[in-house]
This record gives sequence, C-alpha cells and structure tokens, in this order.
Amino acid sequence: MAIFSNAELQEISELQKRYPEPAATLLPVLWRLQEKRGWIDDEAMEAAAAVCQVPKSHVQGVVSFYTMFFDKPMGRYHVQVCTNVSCMLRGGEELLATMKNKLGIQNLEHTPDGLFSIEEVECMGACGGAPMMAVNETFFEKISKEEANDVIDHVLAKDEIPKPKFVAQMPELTEAANR
Amino acid sequence: MAEYPKLVLPDIPNLRNIDTYLANGGYGEAMRKVYSMAPAAVTDEVKKSGLRGRGGAAFPTGLKWSFMPKGKEKKKYFLINGDESEPGSFKDRQIFEFNPHQMIEGILIGCYAMQIDQAYIYIRGEYAHWVKMVERAVAEAYAKGFIGERMKDNFKPSGEGVGYSVDITVHKGAGAYIVGEETAMMDSLEGKRGYPRFKPPFPANHGLWGQPTTINNIETMANVPVIMKMGGEAYSKIGDPKQPGTILFGVSGHVNKPGVYELPTGTPLLDIINNHAGGVPNGKKIKMVIPGGSSMPPLRGDKLEGVLMDAEHLKEVGSAIGTAGIMVMDEDTDIIHVLTRISKFYWHESCGQCTPCREGTGWLLKLLRRFEASNARPEDIDLLYDVAKNIEGRTICALGEAAAWPVYFTIERFREDFEKRVKPGLELHSPERVHGLRKGGLEPVQVRIPVVVRV
Ligand SMILES: Cc1cc2nc3c(=O)[nH]c(=O)nc-3n(C[C@H](O)[C@H](O)[C@H](O)COP(=O)(O)O)c2cc1C
Ligand code: SF4
Ligand code: FES
Repeated sequence: MAIFSNAELQEISELQKRYPEPAATLLPVLWRLQEKRGWIDDEAMEAAAAVCQVPKSHVQGVVSFYTMFFDKPMGRYHVQVCTNVSCMLRGGEELLATMKNKLGIQNLEHTPDGLFSIEEVECMGACGGAPMMAVNETFFEKISKEEANDVIDHVLAKDEIPKPKFVAQMPELTEAANR
Repeated sequence: MAEYPKLVLPDIPNLRNIDTYLANGGYGEAMRKVYSMAPAAVTDEVKKSGLRGRGGAAFPTGLKWSFMPKGKEKKKYFLINGDESEPGSFKDRQIFEFNPHQMIEGILIGCYAMQIDQAYIYIRGEYAHWVKMVERAVAEAYAKGFIGERMKDNFKPSGEGVGYSVDITVHKGAGAYIVGEETAMMDSLEGKRGYPRFKPPFPANHGLWGQPTTINNIETMANVPVIMKMGGEAYSKIGDPKQPGTILFGVSGHVNKPGVYELPTGTPLLDIINNHAGGVPNGKKIKMVIPGGSSMPPLRGDKLEGVLMDAEHLKEVGSAIGTAGIMVMDEDTDIIHVLTRISKFYWHESCGQCTPCREGTGWLLKLLRRFEASNARPEDIDLLYDVAKNIEGRTICALGEAAAWPVYFTIERFREDFEKRVKPGLELHSPERVHGLRKGGLEPVQVRIPVVVRV
C-alpha cells in the first residue's frame, strides 16, 4: 500500500508541523490523493487515515461531506457550470443544458471514455463574470454557449484546457490581464 | 464621477508582487508603528477606527479582538475566513488576486494586537487558482522575513513584542458553504466535517483545538494596515460614521458593467447600479435588488430611491449589508424562479444538525416549486411564510436565517407575484382564513383583499 512516496510522506510530515494535530491535515492529504488518483477510493481513504491518524470511518465521513471530494470516478476534465442566481440571470441554466447536450451526460456522470464529467455547481465566486463555467481549476467567465462548445472541442483536440479569455472583475484594474 | 479613496484595492499595477507592494509603503510605516505600540493600544486604534467586519455580520473588529484573553501564556489562534461562498459575493477573491500582501499585513497586525503566533487563512477549494496566488504571496513574505522566525531581526518590537514571530498557513477547503460559518470553519480546519458548534462557549474562549480563537474576514484584514497608517480617527471619517471605510461592492445580474467597485460606505445604491455598474441593460426598470448576498432581504425596485449602502441605513429599510454582493434583477425577472433557486441553495448547503433547518429548507423548496409550476394552493403562500418564520431563531447557526429571510421578506414585499402563481381557477384566500392558518407569536403580514386571479 505504497500510495505515498517517501518524499511525499516527508512533505506531509512537514505540513503536519504547522498544526497541533495531524488530523488537521486531512483535507490537504485528501487533496493530494485526489490529484494522484482522480477520486478518493477505499485504498486512498485507508492511506489518509493512516497518515492523519484518524479512523477510516472519520475519513469516509469527511469525504462525503465536502462536494469537491469525489467518492466515485469522475472525468479527467470536470466541467462545472454555475446556475446560482447571478449566473442564472445571465444564462447559466442554458449554458448547463448546452454542456450536458454537448457531452451527452447528466449531472455528476462521466463520459464512457472517462474524459469528461459534468456538475451543476453552486456560486463559484465569479458572479461578476456570469455566466461562468469551470474546467477543473480553470474559470471561464462571461462565456457564451458557442465559446463553451469551443472549450470542449479544444480539450478533445489537444487534451489540454485552453487559456481563458481575460474577464476583468475589477473594471478599473486593467493590469490584471497579466495573470 | 467623483474620486473616491481606494484603500483596499488601489489602482497600482502589479501590486500583488511583493516588490511593488514594498515600493508602495507595504510592510513599512504601519508595521513600524504597530511594533512600537503596546498590543492593547493597537486594538484600541482599530476600535477608534470604527471598522466593522466585512464577512456578513458587520461586527466591530476592535471589540472582537478585545474579547481575546491577554498575554502569551495560552496558545491562541487567528483564523482568516476566505470561504466566500455566499451567492453574489466575489470580492475577497479580488484581494487574493490584486492585493494579497495588504491582507497578510493586516493579519500580522491582528496577531500582534492579540499576541497570537499562529494564523490560518482558510480559502474555499473552488478558488484553487487564488489559493496558489495567496500561497505565493505568503512564501514571498516568508522569504523577506516579514513572516516567521526572521521577523525577530526585521522588526524590533519593544516591550511585550520582544522576540515575537508569527506563522501563517494557507488552508484549502473542499466545497461546503457552511464552512464559512465561523465555528464550522474551526471544525473543518481540524480535519472534520464542517458542523457549526453551539455558542457559547464563544471562539474567543474556546475555538480551534479548544483554544482562544478570533476569526475575521479577508476584506476586514485588508483594511487594518490602512487604519494603522492613517490612524483610527482619520479612518473613522471615511464614509458613513456608523460603519466607516470603503466596501468592495460586487455588482452582478442585470447591469451593463458587472464587477467589484470599491466605494465609501453610505454610497447610494442607485448610484452604484446606475453610475458605477453602468445601469440596467436596455434601460429596463429594476424589479428587485438583493443588496448583500443571497441571504439578505430583497428590496423592491420601486423603493430604491435614497437607499444608502451601509449596515445601519440598510437596516432601516429592512435589509442588511451582508457581504455587499448586490444582485440586480430587471422588470422581466421571474422572482419566484430566483427565490426557488435561492432556497435550493440553502437546502443543499444545510449541514443537517438542526431539524428546523434540515427539514424546513426542504419544505421551502417543495412549496416554492409548486409556485414555480403555477400549481400552488391559495393557502400555500401563508404556509410558506409560516415555514420560513419557524426556521428563524430556532437553529444552531445563522444558516437558518439565511434560508428564511429571502423567503418571507419576498412574500412580504412581492406578494402579488405569489398570488399570480396560484393554480389557475382557485380562489385566493380570505383574510380570515389566512389568520386561521397562522399560529401564535408571528408578526402580522399584510393580507390583501381576496381577488380571483387567472393566469
Ligand atoms: C452560513 C454562514 C456562512 C458564512 N460564510 C462566510 C464566508 O464565506 N466568509 C466570511 O468571511 N464570513 C462568513 N460568515 C460569517 C462568519 O461566521 C463570521 O462572522 C465572519 O467571518 C467574521 O468576520 P468579520 O468579523 O471580519 O466579518 C458566514 C456565516 C454564516 C452563518
Ligand atoms: S442552522 Fe442549518 S446549517 Fe446551521 S447548524 Fe443548523 S442544520 Fe446546520
Ligand atoms: S452565481 Fe454563479 S458564480 Fe456566483
């Protein structure tokens, strides 16, 4: 059960020095596991329980509480569309329908090849850039249905997430384009 | 448009870079001043400024700091709330992106004032990109010796501050609105499910790992260095005297220029919508505005004249400043649909500990779906009102209110919209029947004279 390499275990133990109890690193440890394996399976839970010194049942409880931890396999490209109020007012629901249609899957499902999954999400803190969608960690704001389709096509063609066009949330802070 | 002071997000290119920040006086004057003062005097200065928290409740920051036990015998913690998950709020994110060092400097000042040596910045998992930005800023500040062991050489605090250093750790969440609630955040940081705790005991006595803890919002922290630089008294003269300073107003929905605008407290709401955010597209009228994030009571579009955006003035008109996320809805908006979406959110995010919240949020959603489908019974309007009122004040945390407020205030202020969605052909209630439905102890609602509505 060598899920973590020695170097990673070393890193985790460094991190644990920043907290009075090893249990506090459960979220960071689960993040590492999900990055490595795509989702948190049984083996991953056991590994997390061991390094954080908590019972496995505790890990299961935590994984099921937080929506960003997956307890089943998801696509390598996880498409998230916000339909909360600010996005809804600017077409978030239509965007979600377009994406479901494009990918041919329903909420929290993944495509048979494991490439894409889709999730209707709550407010992502991009309300000024509504409607928005995210692919893994990358936000696409003020995105039209056509542009969203293009994002998917780009992933299909190049197996990478395209660079989002820049959207100023602070209209007065123009320098942001360099991010 | 008049010029306003930009205290939190000044127009300085590349300010997120530590060298730019230093060149603009960062980690300088304010820190030197702080370290030459006694810790309690720093808290007093913040008190004098009148700064109130920007996380939702507008609680006076200096007062909150003064609740912490003094001295260094006890291990104490500082927790900075970057969960920012209230729908309509996207302002803390701008600080992560454009001015993270000012927030860090604020945290250092808070730590000194309360004699804390360990701070955690908790940021929602969806902000993965911004977590990295903050981590980079923290690493830069460590490298320059503004955080960590080397603080002892860089700053030479007198008296109580001798040999003083702080560690700051960035902690990434994993998707849970409720973790924004202060005690739930403590559980989450401890590696548990994020359940709000009963209060008392209050965090200042029993917080993280049972130790005294103070929790503040990101934007609150970014204001602190400004206060120390200009002095509490000067700061207290900016904006509205009862809640001084500037606020990052996040404007979204039906406006031409959605975005974040830093303006003094007390700025007229219509000025923000029409002048800063470019007005409503196609010159449409406004039907409804939610002034502080989706849990705050909505205002009628025809009652916005003279509404000022600060805690006290909004209270006067029956709403609250919340996170200052302004959601604008034009005259064609189906507000029943909007409200249903809001209720779905709170139902989804309820942690399930308290029965009124867990069950009540589901009931609200179920009833609202009837209205959405124009399939409600006449008595459902009052039933909905009743359910919302019965959640309020009966729960561990304020998510109960967050779920109840939008619903019953919308009924009070937009009753006609609910009446239009009663199943066609059904007669609306008579006032007597409405009162018969209601249990004791509830505030009277305006009951309209019965009319038959056909949609
Ligand atoms: C359900 C719920 C969610 C909350 N979410 C947040 C949040 O995302 N960010 C935040 O700063 N405060 C949030 N708060 C308020 C915090 O509990 C706390 O009051 C605040 O962080 C204190 O900081 P301040 O005094 O600087 O405003 C939330 C409160 C409740 C009840
Ligand atoms: S009010 Fe709701 S969210 Fe808050 S503790 Fe109770 S059940 Fe959980
Ligand atoms: S409502 Fe969609 S990002 Fe906030």
